[in-house]
Amino acid sequence: MIFEGLADKLQQTFRKLRGRGRLTEADVVEAMREVRMALLEADVNYKVVKDFVARVKERAIGQDVLESLTPAQHVVKIVNEELTALMGGTQSRIAVANNPPTVIMLVGLQGAGKTTTAGKLANLLLQQNRRPLLAAADVYRPAAIKQLQVLGEKLDIPVYSDEESKNPVRISQEAVHTAIMKGRDVVIVDTAGRLHINEELMAELQNIKQSIRPHEILLVVDAMTGQDAVTVAEHFDGQLGVDGIILTKLDGDARGGAALSIKAVTGKPIKFAGMGEKLDALEPFHPDRLASRILGMGDVLSLIEKAEQSLDLEKAQDMEKKMLRAEFTFEEFLEQLRQVRKLGPLDQLLGMLPGMGNLKKMPGMEVNDKEMKRVEAIILSMTKKERRNPQLIDGSRRRRIAKGSGTQVQDVNRLLKQFVEVKKMMKQLQSMQKSGKKGKFKLPFMR
Amino acid sequence: MGFFDKLKETLGFDKLKEGLTKTRSAFTDKIEQIITGYRKIDEELLEEIEEAMIQADIGVHTTTRIIGEVRKTVKKEQIESPQALYEVLAQKVADMLGHEIKPLNRAAEGPTVILVVGVNGVGKTTTIGKLAFHMKQAGDKVLLAAGDTFRAAAIDQLEIWGERVGAEVIKQAEGSDPAAVVFDAVQAAKARRADVLIIDTAGRLHNKTNLMEELRKITRVISREIGGAPHEVLLVLDATTGQNAIAQAKIFQEVAGVTGVALTKLDGTAKGGVVVAISAELAMPVKIIGVGEGMNDLRLFAPEDFASALFNRDKE
Ligand SMILES: Nc1nc2c(ncn2[C@@H]2O[C@H](COP(=O)(O)OP(=O)(O)OP(=O)(O)O)[C@@H](O)[C@H]2O)c(=O)[nH]1
Ligand SMILES: [Mg+2]
Repeated sequence: MIFEGLADKLQQTFRKLRGRGRLTEADVVEAMREVRMALLEADVNYKVVKDFVARVKERAIGQDVLESLTPAQHVVKIVNEELTALMGGTQSRIAVANNPPTVIMLVGLQGAGKTTTAGKLANLLLQQNRRPLLAAADVYRPAAIKQLQVLGEKLDIPVYSDEESKNPVRISQEAVHTAIMKGRDVVIVDTAGRLHINEELMAELQNIKQSIRPHEILLVVDAMTGQDAVTVAEHFDGQLGVDGIILTKLDGDARGGAALSIKAVTGKPIKFAGMGEKLDALEPFHPDRLASRILGMGDVLSLIEKAEQSLDLEKAQDMEKKMLRAEFTFEEFLEQLRQVRKLGPLDQLLGMLPGMGNLKKMPGMEVNDKEMKRVEAIILSMTKKERRNPQLIDGSRRRRIAKGSGTQVQDVNRLLKQFVEVKKMMKQLQSMQKSGKKGKFKLPFMR
Repeated sequence: MGFFDKLKETLGFDKLKEGLTKTRSAFTDKIEQIITGYRKIDEELLEEIEEAMIQADIGVHTTTRIIGEVRKTVKKEQIESPQALYEVLAQKVADMLGHEIKPLNRAAEGPTVILVVGVNGVGKTTTIGKLAFHMKQAGDKVLLAAGDTFRAAAIDQLEIWGERVGAEVIKQAEGSDPAAVVFDAVQAAKARRADVLIIDTAGRLHNKTNLMEELRKITRVISREIGGAPHEVLLVLDATTGQNAIAQAKIFQEVAGVTGVALTKLDGTAKGGVVVAISAELAMPVKIIGVGEGMNDLRLFAPEDFASALFNRDKE
């Protein structure tokens, strides 16, 4: 049941064909079944999948693929390209009004994350030297106004609210007036979550729209949404005219097929992605990355980018060489550990690696920052000699190291054992690279 | 009268059907549309049904499995009329959901502790409000615990519900340790001889190890203070959620020992079909459903009704 990622599945499909030379049309059909499955498992809308598969099939049946030596990669490449094309380019801009204030209205289903997103968006604009004001137009959900007020306080920006009023249209109007009076150049209106089929509440949104004429209406969508996403988006867009999408909770492990479907059906760009609960966790949306995420290929691009930002490339290359030559000692290991930690929270990092997303979910495979700190402490308590030559570490040395690092002897034992395993793994990795197989391994900071 | 009977009485089974009719009609219409277009059961028809099921978020995997079983039955029992497919389909789905209505667990004596968990925004706090209301109606003394100390104004939200339904809320300041709040609440429930303690928790994505650890700690605190508690760990799932709900269910089950699912937002157009996969694969029963934002919008989950409503022919 664990979804392994399309790349792996296709590899399996095509492996059967080895030795037969080239792909037939029937093989491609078989591959397309996998593509279809992968997309559906990723919550891409059924209709979108149908069209998409037809398009990919057409391309894949072309000569160049059939004669390719690595058909799996080739098909994945086509799928990825088509997906990326379907997602459109990056478009993380907010329309700016000629006459301020720019008015932005956030709409969506209950629980999509509108209020938090309002705070995050305000924060983002604040950093772009804008002067936002938040408007609390959710008069229905208990404590929704309070929630926005707390966010406003944290960000130190004004929040317009009126606890007495049950009229979101009036509140929105007043908020815009207040912004003008206070010289705020952006108004972000947080509206109540509602079902797209609730006529009364949809009419309310239309009334707000009419009275404040927003420059941007952004539909906030939960990345975990299933097949219904398209229906929801079509309704909101049909009745309000949506300018763009904000995708929330992308820090989860949902593949996010809903986003693709919405883009494909409404043509509206996805502008931002919510990546966490904190107020700075709103990022420009990268269509290409979502494409590979949907395919289960991991967010390789993000990882590369992140790595480039924070890793010392020369050191990394040097390390790689050493690792592959199996000259790997605790010295290198410590260095590696520090490099990895520079990249950010480990569990987030692992999620970006192909095939690792599932690894993370397996019991006993949780990656743990605390554990990493402990490992670091243990290594630091070794002498240089011991780090280079772990065989030296006998019983009394182990006790000393444990004491020095504030850990238990068992911890030291475990690390030493795992270190041997890692070295073994390095060797395997070399031979695997040759045979093209993939194996399971465990790094010392995984439990 | 037992707790379940009381709840049954307050909620009423007819209401369940009533609530479902609204949500089901789109899907039911669809199935009917599909079936009336055919004079015999053929591949094309099965494919169309498969499509409708996938669109209900049942998932490819489970759908394929159900269609496979349907195929077998059709062959074995020599079913020819497309109309008869309804029955077969509903039966197969009900098979996966388990046929009985599963009541909420109840402590043999002392306070019943219900821990409510789930990812962000699924409807945990609202479901707690509704549950508290129904239990109060049924005559229980209900205590609420504001275990979401993280999200802005989460405590206020629960307090408003507490006022609405007349249940006391045990809380600490925003940002305090949720395990400490829960500890206090359990003590209060014992001291005040509450019948039920319902604990709200912060929404957390199941892939955040540290937050899941926090949840583990909360359950540890509860079971340390009351043996056998929490008696019910309700995982709240949003019916609009797609296949990710399976991952949610798996990990919450592993960390918090989920005993039942509350499926919310069934008043929308989403079908919540993913619970079929969850019931089938994880043996995790759906116990209650949410059909709106008001305190009355809670129903017991009746698998047979859910299944037959999915494929029901007579429209009310
Ligand atoms: N239509 C509908 N809306 C619901 C239902 N249950 C909850 N909601 C709404 O969904 C939104 C989120 O509900 P909450 O109860 O705050 O969700 P939560 O899981 O506690 O959210 P966090 O604590 O922020 O993670 C609110 O606007 C609720 O009114 C339901 O059954 N139907
Ligand atoms: Mg809540």
